[in-house]
Amino acid sequence: MSVLDSALPPRIALVGNPNCGKTALFNALTGSRQKVANYPGVTVERKIGHFVSPLGRRVQVIDLPGTYSLRARSPDEEVTRDVVLGRFSHEDSPDLLVCVADATNLRLNLRLVVEMKRLGRPIILALNMMDAAEKRGCRIDAAALSAALGVPVVPTVAIRRGGVQPLLEQIDGAMAMATDAAETPASCGWSEPSSRDLRAYHQEVEGLLAGCVADAGLPPLATRRVDAVLLHPVFGLAFLFLVLFLMFQAVFAWAEAPMNLIDGAVSGLKDWVAATLPDGALRSLLTDGIIAGVGSVVIFLPQILVLFFFILVLEATGYLARAAFLLDRLMGGVGLHGRAFIPLLSSFACAVPGVMAARTIENRADRLATIMIAPLMTCSARLPVYTLLIAAFVPDRPLLGGLVGLPGLVMFALYAAGILSALAVAFVLKKTVFKGEREPLLMELPAYRLPNPRDIALGLFERAKVFLARAGTTIFALMIVMWFLASFPGAPEGATEPAIQYSIAGMIGHALEPLLAPIGFTWQIAVALVPGIAAREVAVGVLGTIYALSDSGDALQSSLAGALAASWSLPTALSLLAWYVFAPQCVATLSVVKRETNGWFWPVVMFVYMITLAYGASFITYRVASALL
Amino acid sequence: MNGHPTPETGQSPGGRHLGELKKGERARVTGVDERGVVTTLPEGELERRMIEMGLVEGSHVEVLHEAFPGRDPIAIRVNEHTLALRRAEARAVLVAPAA
Repeated sequence: MSVLDSALPPRIALVGNPNCGKTALFNALTGSRQKVANYPGVTVERKIGHFVSPLGRRVQVIDLPGTYSLRARSPDEEVTRDVVLGRFSHEDSPDLLVCVADATNLRLNLRLVVEMKRLGRPIILALNMMDAAEKRGCRIDAAALSAALGVPVVPTVAIRRGGVQPLLEQIDGAMAMATDAAETPASCGWSEPSSRDLRAYHQEVEGLLAGCVADAGLPPLATRRVDAVLLHPVFGLAFLFLVLFLMFQAVFAWAEAPMNLIDGAVSGLKDWVAATLPDGALRSLLTDGIIAGVGSVVIFLPQILVLFFFILVLEATGYLARAAFLLDRLMGGVGLHGRAFIPLLSSFACAVPGVMAARTIENRADRLATIMIAPLMTCSARLPVYTLLIAAFVPDRPLLGGLVGLPGLVMFALYAAGILSALAVAFVLKKTVFKGEREPLLMELPAYRLPNPRDIALGLFERAKVFLARAGTTIFALMIVMWFLASFPGAPEGATEPAIQYSIAGMIGHALEPLLAPIGFTWQIAVALVPGIAAREVAVGVLGTIYALSDSGDALQSSLAGALAASWSLPTALSLLAWYVFAPQCVATLSVVKRETNGWFWPVVMFVYMITLAYGASFITYRVASALL
Repeated sequence: MNGHPTPETGQSPGGRHLGELKKGERARVTGVDERGVVTTLPEGELERRMIEMGLVEGSHVEVLHEAFPGRDPIAIRVNEHTLALRRAEARAVLVAPAA
């Protein structure tokens, strides 16, 4: 890769408001030559890419989180500030800052540019979305703006082929100047602006606009007309719920075929390894431990991708901010911020991206409250367990004249139980631990835009990479540990019971049995819950092992359902369902909470409160069901 | 709606604030004064955020949309862009009828 003579390639950073098309510009510059990593010590994602300039220079680009000001308000914005100011000890400040401004919304965007200019660092101003601005009749004199600001100004259209060519040439020019000039790594003289400074910036922007914008153009009337419906108190909320309904339909319907494919591939790989390797610990580790374990997580990739497809499209169109607007008051009833909507929505696929998405909430108490309830949303890993137990215990009786079946109704009730309990927990948290006012809502509603397929595709590609990397590292390691616990020590000579009973996992299960007996759990369930700690859905596979079934996939589900129906009572099954609504059985979630909250305190609190809820709910369910049935 | 008891914000007698404007009303911002608004933020922070989002003396505002229930939060046009905020915090923005 290293074709360079100098040690490090020049680095540029993209800075701009949220919604200015910065990420589209980043994608246009770098294409697929980009990767996402984390900044050391913080959990903010660091998007880096590179491109080769017209003069053949290899340039590294950093896409910084969008911000309205250098006075950082959230962890994401702190990263932007620290990178721009060169405060990160791990990396030098960028050689060149490319300020990206939405040309259709110059007044708001130029404010940040004026603030950045004060830093005295090399800057290029990219007037993005120039095509949209021109279409609105907006006339900006780029040369006059450049003269007034004292920085190069280039119009760009990130979504058009060749739309970034002027910017590339300008970067080349700036780089040549930078290498000529002596290195001036003077630490930036930046101090937090007072309200008086901010008013002065504002005056400066007004002056720039007066001098350089001949015609501000028409405001986005189409957006206003659409919003008249989509932000309507009645139609708007109805539309939002329709969108959510379609999204959940899609998560299950679209993902089904690829999930079956992955399931088939995993089974095929397992069979192949089983047939190729001699019987022994290695074969067992590979098939039962690694392939089955990692496979059981990778199978959720299609659902996660469908969910993120919706989230990315809704975000790119500008609708997600509207959803937060519509729900702010309703969620405020339990003390949550409107922005909590997005993390909670993501948590229906998996709590891990949900907890990570809570970063967009600036206030720490609001953010923690959202993180703490995210795992109560029914994630897709609970589905295999729900499906199994419903198939085993709930008769397929049509209700309301065949409109809904009893199994569907039970499934809906389980989802509703998760949502309602999450709202209740949020309410209690905001009344006790996180007392006080909510963070103010001060959110731009960007003009509606058509999403650009390339940006959506690159976003999905990133999500898939991050998810698979996790399955290949954390979950891979956990699966090996779990396999070890479930396999050693092996069954003694002449053992009649399944081998797992004699293993460490079996011993733990038996030890837990007296504790779980009051809520109706058998020792088999207790054993299944031990490896289920790694990932909820693994419990299904373990139950299959205990009931000595050798099928896999759908066949396992149907025959296991029969075995369970024969050996468990209905109160036990209901109690286990109640347990699964609440139980914190996911090491991945707890570890991401630890990472996001920077310590063990909150994951421990989460574990304790959820397991208490789970035990209480199971206890009540079991007792009530035993008394009634 | 049930609104605010008395429009007694800051020291401009008879002045109105953004939080009490109805849908469709237009106004001009005459000042930002966060006193009397309860927030989680440190002193001076709400004022600075308002200015950063374009709510500064001289800006033209118009209430475009109201959410449900309680007609809160509101979406307002600020010069060329659109901003969502709650009525409680909008009290910090003092307004006068559009000229």
